[in-house]
Amino acid sequence: MGAFGHYLTGHFDTLRIEFWGLLVGGLATGFIYGMVAIGYTLVYGVLRLINFAHSEIFMSGGFASYFVLKAVMGTTVPSGLATVWFIVVGVLVGGAAGALVATGLERVAYRPLRRRNAPKLAYLISAIGASYFMFNLAGKEFGRYNISMPQPYINHSVFTVFGAPVQLYYIVILIAGVIMLVSLDRVVATTKLGRSIRAVAQDAETASLMGVNIDRTIALTFILGGALGGAAGFLFGLGNGVVYTMGFVPALKAFTAAVLGGIGNLRGAVLGGLLLGVAESLSVAFVQAAYIDVVAFGILVLVLLVRPTGILGERLGRSA
Amino acid sequence: MKKLWRGPAARRLFISLSVMAVLEVMTGPPGSTATPLAGIDGSFAEKASFFGLFAGQRWLLFLSFALVVFGIWSFWLSMGTEMAAAVSPARQLITVATRRKPVRWSFMLVLLAVAIILPIVETDPYWQSVMVEEIAVYVLLALGLNVVVGFAGLLDLGFVAFYAIGAYTTAWVTGALPTPALFGLHLNPFFAIPVAIFLVMLAGVLLGTPTLRLRGDYLAIVTLGFGEIITIFANNLYGITGGSYGSGGPTGKAHIPHFFIDIGPIKYHWTLAPVPYYYLTLVFVILFIVIFSLLEHSRVGRSWTAIREDEVAAESVGINPLKYKVMAFAIGAASAGFAGVITAAQSTFIFPQTFTLQLSINILVLVIFGGMGSIAGVVVGAIVIQTISMYLLHSPPSGFQSSDLYIYIGALLVVMMIFRPAGLLPSRRRRREIGMSEAGEGHMDEVLTGDTP
Repeated sequence: MGAFGHYLTGHFDTLRIEFWGLLVGGLATGFIYGMVAIGYTLVYGVLRLINFAHSEIFMSGGFASYFVLKAVMGTTVPSGLATVWFIVVGVLVGGAAGALVATGLERVAYRPLRRRNAPKLAYLISAIGASYFMFNLAGKEFGRYNISMPQPYINHSVFTVFGAPVQLYYIVILIAGVIMLVSLDRVVATTKLGRSIRAVAQDAETASLMGVNIDRTIALTFILGGALGGAAGFLFGLGNGVVYTMGFVPALKAFTAAVLGGIGNLRGAVLGGLLLGVAESLSVAFVQAAYIDVVAFGILVLVLLVRPTGILGERLGRSA
Repeated sequence: MKKLWRGPAARRLFISLSVMAVLEVMTGPPGSTATPLAGIDGSFAEKASFFGLFAGQRWLLFLSFALVVFGIWSFWLSMGTEMAAAVSPARQLITVATRRKPVRWSFMLVLLAVAIILPIVETDPYWQSVMVEEIAVYVLLALGLNVVVGFAGLLDLGFVAFYAIGAYTTAWVTGALPTPALFGLHLNPFFAIPVAIFLVMLAGVLLGTPTLRLRGDYLAIVTLGFGEIITIFANNLYGITGGSYGSGGPTGKAHIPHFFIDIGPIKYHWTLAPVPYYYLTLVFVILFIVIFSLLEHSRVGRSWTAIREDEVAAESVGINPLKYKVMAFAIGAASAGFAGVITAAQSTFIFPQTFTLQLSINILVLVIFGGMGSIAGVVVGAIVIQTISMYLLHSPPSGFQSSDLYIYIGALLVVMMIFRPAGLLPSRRRRREIGMSEAGEGHMDEVLTGDTP
């Protein structure tokens, strides 16, 4: 074994020792990516477009829940049932803000273009413009520093997995994430709204002939994806704080996750999110923290080249 | 009554009011983390005056603006067709005139003459350096991105990467980076030009060959990631790029030298003074304009148009889409690489913080605003937007912060896409394509999403 061999052995040792800890952290991040990725996938399903402004939906969820929690919590450190309440409030406020911003976005940056049947390039550009507008406006109104979210609990490790501590923060993400993702899956699979979303995703023209209101379905799709994205913004903010640029990197990762799982595919988005979160977390053993974003990007390029349809395949209509 | 409430007039009023409310917040005072509502509160409640004619709270001012907008809009709806019909002969005349070659040529000559005498007339050092650093360089960048977005119809959101590679190559070739210079030589930046252009074109090919097979919206994200990664590398490879200190920092070796000529009796040394740099850049801007317009009407340019309008049809007549897309990437990158050389030599230091995503978006705005696919359009677009931006930064109106500029830029993109997607001086072909696409004919820009069956 040469020098490189020793280098690898050293890093694999780190990986072996840190494995469970990294895995738990990666899964928690993965849930957040998955929730954001759902937003991309839903919009992609009905419009065949990547919503470039989804990062700002995420950001708005973070900010709204920050301000509301700060107002309702004051300086107390809640415990027990109060903790649960505040987390529920945070998730709901974040989700509501995300849904609101998504609606506004759809109205301003998408609908006028859809009315005119504009070329796809126009949608991408107007979404980028809207994203740019929103995060800079947030920077102007709310300051440009990272602020930490009021903590509804004292973070501590609750139990251990093979010696690796599992923090309360991760458990919060896990529970909130699972509840939201499962209910979304049920909404899309069983309700009338879900059926119309799937119909539009499969064939918008035929769906409209069958009496599906396309405008309404698209608006509701944005609301669903926006609510999940906004709630994810709150969960992310709990651990990382909120700042006007907070959406950019997680959204890029979530997009990678959506592509990894198969864009347009709901369960694929979650699977892709979890895989990406874990892969990124484990790569900490091999590369410096500054290069983690490079790893995610490398995964994206690799997936696009090798299997552009993702792990579970595309198409919202069929697989959801 | 109900009809009035939900009718089109109520909708127009609502839109006018909300647009003005957004404008009010955009132009209002900033808030802060501690007082998040201060900005919004101030936007409505602060005192304002409109050219001294009006004094009152801002909300009164903007309410009257909204009513004016509503009035004009309603008037346009009732009278617009007649008015458009009245001015249409005049518009027709202009359209026909601008299509004539002598008119076009004299327009360009006037523009060139203005460009040449401008630094003599404008002696303010701020504006002289703006002419080089913020206008000439951005014209180059916009020209390059125009090849990618305008000619080939590919959305590149990481264009700044090529600019960065050009600048860092210059620093490398001239021996200003911590890493040893090329062959240990510390060259004149003139020699950096071919090296930089070669390297950026190579980077364009290397990035393009795998990614340009993808459909366009994926391409946008991949290029976005590529731009970020170049910045991450520039920021963190302390031993090679000087990391966040930039070139010539604690680990760097020297300044990047200025250009100089020393051929026999002709000796000239450029300095920090902006005017000589302005003329040097101007020469290359003209060169790039000539090359790109020749390309546009060449076999290559026609292939780009064909791919952009309908990739499948283009392929069926024997055009290799991948080859031409990679070419567009590499050729567009060349002018960005050259812009990097100028920036590096002129400022003598480079920092990774210069090459941000913001910059990529700014360049995109220049292209979109001017008119994608139209060389005259992007040149004028770059000059107009950069001049306005620099004016706002130089002598800001009360309450304007420098970072507010980005808010306006984002809003401008959305507004352009809604009202004038082909840009200020649209390319005739591009406008026709957008019109056709809106009428449901053709497959323009479907490259960008390429619905997989």
